[in-house]
Amino acid sequence: MTRSYYESIARARIAGLLDADSFHEWLSAADRVTSPHLAILEQPAAFDDGVIIGQGSIAGKQIFIAAQEGGFMGGAVGEVHGAKIVGVLERAVRDHPAAVLLLLETGGVRLQEANAGLIAVSEVMRAILSARAAGVPVIVAIGGQYGCFGGMGIASRCATTIIMSEEGRLGLSGPEVIETVRGVEEYDSRDRALVWRTVGGKHRYLLGECDVIVPDSMAAFQHAVTASINNGDDWSLEALEREHQLLSDRVKRFGECKDGRDIWRKMGWPDPDAIAMMDNDEFLAAAQGRRAKQTVKVP
Amino acid sequence: MTMENLKYRFDGGKPTQGVTSVVGVLGSGNLEVMVEPAALGGACEIEVSTAANGFGTIWQAVMKDFFARHRAGDIKISVNDAGATPAIVSLRLDQAIETYKGKHK
Amino acid sequence: MEWKKVAEQMFPTGHEIKQYGDLLSGEGRCDKQTVAVIGTTNHTEVGVELALAMGAAVLAVIRDHPGRPIVFLVDTSGQRLRHRDEMLGLNGYMAHLAKCVEMARRRGHAIISLVYEQALSGGFLANGMMADVCAALPEAEIRVMGLAAMARVTRISEERLTELSVSSPVFAPGARNYLKMGGLDALWEGDLSICLKKALEHIDSTDHRSVNGLERGGRLLAEPVVKRVLASA
Repeated sequence: MTRSYYESIARARIAGLLDADSFHEWLSAADRVTSPHLAILEQPAAFDDGVIIGQGSIAGKQIFIAAQEGGFMGGAVGEVHGAKIVGVLERAVRDHPAAVLLLLETGGVRLQEANAGLIAVSEVMRAILSARAAGVPVIVAIGGQYGCFGGMGIASRCATTIIMSEEGRLGLSGPEVIETVRGVEEYDSRDRALVWRTVGGKHRYLLGECDVIVPDSMAAFQHAVTASINNGDDWSLEALEREHQLLSDRVKRFGECKDGRDIWRKMGWPDPDAIAMMDNDEFLAAAQGRRAKQTVKVP
Repeated sequence: MTMENLKYRFDGGKPTQGVTSVVGVLGSGNLEVMVEPAALGGACEIEVSTAANGFGTIWQAVMKDFFARHRAGDIKISVNDAGATPAIVSLRLDQAIETYKGKHK
Repeated sequence: MEWKKVAEQMFPTGHEIKQYGDLLSGEGRCDKQTVAVIGTTNHTEVGVELALAMGAAVLAVIRDHPGRPIVFLVDTSGQRLRHRDEMLGLNGYMAHLAKCVEMARRRGHAIISLVYEQALSGGFLANGMMADVCAALPEAEIRVMGLAAMARVTRISEERLTELSVSSPVFAPGARNYLKMGGLDALWEGDLSICLKKALEHIDSTDHRSVNGLERGGRLLAEPVVKRVLASA
């Protein structure tokens, strides 16, 4: 028996993933580093501005961590929230932990502080890349209720590795946003199966948008994080050129597809609708050779 | 939508040792509660920031009930609320004080 | 301002910038130096093809012209809001472009961006906001979302948001708000070729936006919070 990552709040995720009693929080709740922009809008501000940061160990390796709390304003990034994540990453450049672990659950920029939030997301993107350039792998985990969207969907793909569960969702514009702007014919946000075929964990894994897919359990995420730390990083022009090739091929192969199913069929899945029913092990076994990216080894 | 800030103080509690703890999340229908040690001569101070305006008497009753059950003094409780029901508030307060005491070694 | 006018003013001694659909690509001369120019026009939405094409252009500059400065001409109404682009992983394409820009910076290319018309959220993050010097024309429109849409999502009345935006730069659209918050380095007014020349002479490749936001009084907490995290026991 292991706990669900999806169902857990951010603090429980940290406790569940890190070695027992190893977590030490920076700017904790008692420090009350809260958003200065919410009171004027008559909204209470969370003690930690929706993100918990600090250091700890996982399988004995020293790491820095930031965990977004989706329950507070959908995990949205405001000025303080973003600066806390940037601080973790800048500290990683200075102190060289074994990795930075980002547990992301967010709709993107917090509209109540939109400009500050957008700039903060941009600062997070640059800080992720600075950590990587300094040799510190940045590992992103996505498996919460709110998924990972908006600018943070871009930021997550700046990281070394993305680990998702099937329940995780990753994209830029959320389905509701597209439906609001383009209409329900373009994207029906209430069609959960359609949303899952568009931004869900299995689809992202098959495309190569995430590197590892795990079942929804704390133990599985923990195992995948440890393996990802051991895999290190490749921040190089050559790796970037390979990615460019992969992304070019994707548009060429799947650019005309209308639905996730069409893409999976082109990848050689005889019965795309069976994918949803497979458990993680069956799916991984069947995905061998039917994926647009070489599989990262998780021993 | 207006926010309300409420303050309560209950005297005559047992000095209660512990480590600063937070439970709950400031999300719709939910609340977060922080308990911190404070030298208040045995009193318990509670500060509530709530998005739901006009429930002062209910908060008063819930807090009074909480203090009557735990008699915890020398602590400061801070609450951020997004419209939780009294039952949820009571539950979180109980979790918070237990976590506060349990962590103490 | 139309991109051709911007290009003429920025490169008075000549340029070879061409428009391919909504993509701009080519080069211009600033004094004796040649700079690469990459951009978009027509308030375009950035979808997977356009993000990829800009990434290709950056990689080509890195490969063929090591060290050559890159100027982004920004005009976008944001990321393309289509089911199909989301399905293909538009966030990954945007991130790829951002990584290409970062790679260029780390290999010694100065990166400058100029918002000459519009810049909105996702389309702006991947190139313009990745620059060492991010500038805008004073009349340029920069925003995450308009106040009417913001009022719907946040359930705060548009009147109240409008009222608040007078005193706070934090959510209202506008280049001057971004300047105050450190999101922009400067507003380029007057002779654009001189603005570009000056920018190229003062390249700071570290991310200085939170410091600028603090100094300009528009974003008071970002820099102190980062500093506190660095100093935490």
